[in-house]
Amino acid sequence: MAFSITINGQTHTADVDGDTPLLWVIRDVIGMTGTKFGCGQALCGACTIHIDGVPTRSCVTPIDSIAESRITTIEALETLPHGKALQDAWIELEVPQCGYCQSGQLMSAAALLAETPQPTDADIDSAMSGNVCRCGTYQRIRAAIKLASA
Amino acid sequence: MSNTFFAPRLNRRNFLKASAALGGSLVVNLGVAANSLLAAQEFAPNAFIRIDRRGLVTFVMPQVEMGQGIYTAQAMLIAEELDVSLDDLRIEAAPVNEALYGHPMLRRQTTGGSTSIRAFWTPLRVAGATARRLLMQAAATEWNVDVASCRTQDGFVLHPDGRTRRAYSELVDRAASLPQPPAEAITLKQPSDFKLLGTARKRLDTRGKTNGTLKYGIDALPAGTRIAAIAISPVLGGKPISVNQTAALAIKGVRQVVITDDSVAVVADHTGAAKKGLEAAAITWDDGPNRAVSQVDILRLLDEKSQQAGAVARSEGDVAAALSAAAVRIDAVYQLPFLAHTAMEPMNCTVHVRNDACELWVGTQNMSSAKQATAALTGLPPEKVIIHNHIVGGGFGRRLEVDGIVHAVKIGKQVKGPVKVIWSREEDIQHGYYRPYYYDRLSGGIDGAGNPVAWSHRISGSSIFARIAPAAMRNGVDPDGVEGASHLPYKLPAIHVEFKQVEPQGVLTSWWRGVGPSHNIFVVESFIDELAAAAKMDPVEYRKRLLSENPRALKVLQLVAEKAGWGNVLPERQGRGVAVQFAFGTYLAMVADVSVAKDGTVRVTRIVTAVDCGLTVNPDTIAAQMEGGALYGLTAALYGAITFSEGRVEQGNFDTYPPLRIDEAPHVETHIVPSAEAPGGIGEAATSAVFPAVTNAIFAATAKRIRTLPINPEDLKA
Repeated sequence: MAFSITINGQTHTADVDGDTPLLWVIRDVIGMTGTKFGCGQALCGACTIHIDGVPTRSCVTPIDSIAESRITTIEALETLPHGKALQDAWIELEVPQCGYCQSGQLMSAAALLAETPQPTDADIDSAMSGNVCRCGTYQRIRAAIKLASA
Repeated sequence: MSNTFFAPRLNRRNFLKASAALGGSLVVNLGVAANSLLAAQEFAPNAFIRIDRRGLVTFVMPQVEMGQGIYTAQAMLIAEELDVSLDDLRIEAAPVNEALYGHPMLRRQTTGGSTSIRAFWTPLRVAGATARRLLMQAAATEWNVDVASCRTQDGFVLHPDGRTRRAYSELVDRAASLPQPPAEAITLKQPSDFKLLGTARKRLDTRGKTNGTLKYGIDALPAGTRIAAIAISPVLGGKPISVNQTAALAIKGVRQVVITDDSVAVVADHTGAAKKGLEAAAITWDDGPNRAVSQVDILRLLDEKSQQAGAVARSEGDVAAALSAAAVRIDAVYQLPFLAHTAMEPMNCTVHVRNDACELWVGTQNMSSAKQATAALTGLPPEKVIIHNHIVGGGFGRRLEVDGIVHAVKIGKQVKGPVKVIWSREEDIQHGYYRPYYYDRLSGGIDGAGNPVAWSHRISGSSIFARIAPAAMRNGVDPDGVEGASHLPYKLPAIHVEFKQVEPQGVLTSWWRGVGPSHNIFVVESFIDELAAAAKMDPVEYRKRLLSENPRALKVLQLVAEKAGWGNVLPERQGRGVAVQFAFGTYLAMVADVSVAKDGTVRVTRIVTAVDCGLTVNPDTIAAQMEGGALYGLTAALYGAITFSEGRVEQGNFDTYPPLRIDEAPHVETHIVPSAEAPGGIGEAATSAVFPAVTNAIFAATAKRIRTLPINPEDLKA
């Protein structure tokens, strides 16, 4: 059936099976490629988006679970309360290497700061340990979150 | 400084041929204001540089960016000598063309081995300096002054009168009409005159990595692209027997089922449907000749073969005599596992096979092999293979192999229109070209004063060079297989090193970040530590004694010891370990601090590195590569192991092949030794050093010597 979903304030329709993971609707059907595929099993966080502000792994979230919820992706990170500060901190501290995981890292970080504007190291560990980076940018991610929260 | 240049590319006719191919190439727009049309007239003194009448400077990058920062670093080489602002460069990925963009060291269009700066340090600077010289000549001719009296600054040629100047854009037509200057007219800047090189610069590709706009190969979506999910035979050499096409085609969105010699692909409107269709296809396989391959058998083979003589890589002094006369003799077996790469961007390739040409959208480290393989599969002439190379979401050596492209082209040949073949993470982990399993036998001896008197090392394992470049083998020795083992930074009176090629059945092997040294440095630096312990000496002091004739190695060791606080007393079950290496043209010393819990769990709390990589390009990128390289190796040291059972890889995703996560990541501190030596490689250096630094620290904390990786907490219980 055709689903109607709202991504970054815009309405899209997708004529797919209800169990289709949102990730593929976003990437392949709608063609927004900032959200990344990494593992397909909610093990790496590369596909993290916000659903009603909650960081969510889109690779295991079926489209028929969305209904009227608001979806936010990396392309609209700047519109989130700490989004711009995070992007600036990421650039200032040169966080990305290959960069592939960083969409997911930033979406998780934005959710963290929305909930906890002054996170401790333990808060960062807890919020960010679901996001894998194989280039090893973790210490810069930690520093950039702190910079953005300052 | 030599002005030797990679000859064929300074030729305008060759350049024009290349620029025709550029029509289809990926343009990586790095934040420079987009210009509506390409100017009709350009100044293109070589294959790397184009300047148009509006002053737009385009740099055509020979190497691929995969996180190592090479787009920025190589752009800095050009900008420094051309004398333009880094912000004014627009960067394009080079098309496939070995004559113009071939790697001077590797002689192919390839990115790997921590060679991009080493290989292109001079050619790119010469390219920039040549363009600058021609622009100066153009201005000097117009002004009727001696070119030697002109200078340049930030995209302008300055008249000797100190007032008049011409922007490069104003000189394009005249410069384009000038003949190439003779090599002796090209003067490269002295390091003391560098404005960019050696200074920390912001990377040019960062913004697009923070807002979702940067396109990786997996993001390519040419009009009409369908998506294919692929299942490759779970056993190497197997083939599909039965496929339920009807069930697959019944899934909404599925368009086609494609069967190749060793894979099944389901082509659909989107990946979700393709994966669902692949599951519905309920494929059964003929596992083929490797159906019985098992880890136990592989290890038995390696154990047996490692007891036989290998090919001699180096032999100096009488090791046998020295061993039998030694005060203390140590014999050890070291074992390193098969490793997968698990780049964050899963394997993928978009392909459009047509009658007259084949287009690929992919991120590859190996343009040359991609082109050759595609031409062979399609029967097209190589020049009809068009590769849009993309920024890579993690290479680590995996994308030096083109099997992902081969699978995609085989599928693409059966599909009308472009098709994007995406591997699941499970396919990615289970169909790797793995870092070989190495089985090393060592014997060492010390005299009564603790000094090493003999060192014997036999390396047994798969040879990558024997497969991909047999001409590089030297009397049975794989040069990569012994790199970091045959020539040590230490002074040893007798050394004997052998390589024994052993190819386990049913396993593909290839390069993994750190290549030969990622295996050998662990073994060598662990065994030196064993000798130090046998001599009852401090590991740093012991190494210093052996490095008295190696000032660069000694200096990084002294610096890292000082910065790490070597010698401070640590609490119980905490330890500090050191490693020293010379690899990739770079000297590196590393100290790791670990804490080992009572249950054997290892936590690495801090890593300090001191590095002498010669002249530097972008010091912040060096620090980033130290951080990333160390964590990449640390992940493998703690968790990395690919194992086989019934021909199949037993690991499947990040749950069974775990990556290091932020809550486990140590802080990595980098100290760069100022140096005027030739640049060394940096992308892999920390990866190889971290294994022994950590296991030596574990020895310091627990008195338990790790000779088999990955580290097993069961062995470290209190």
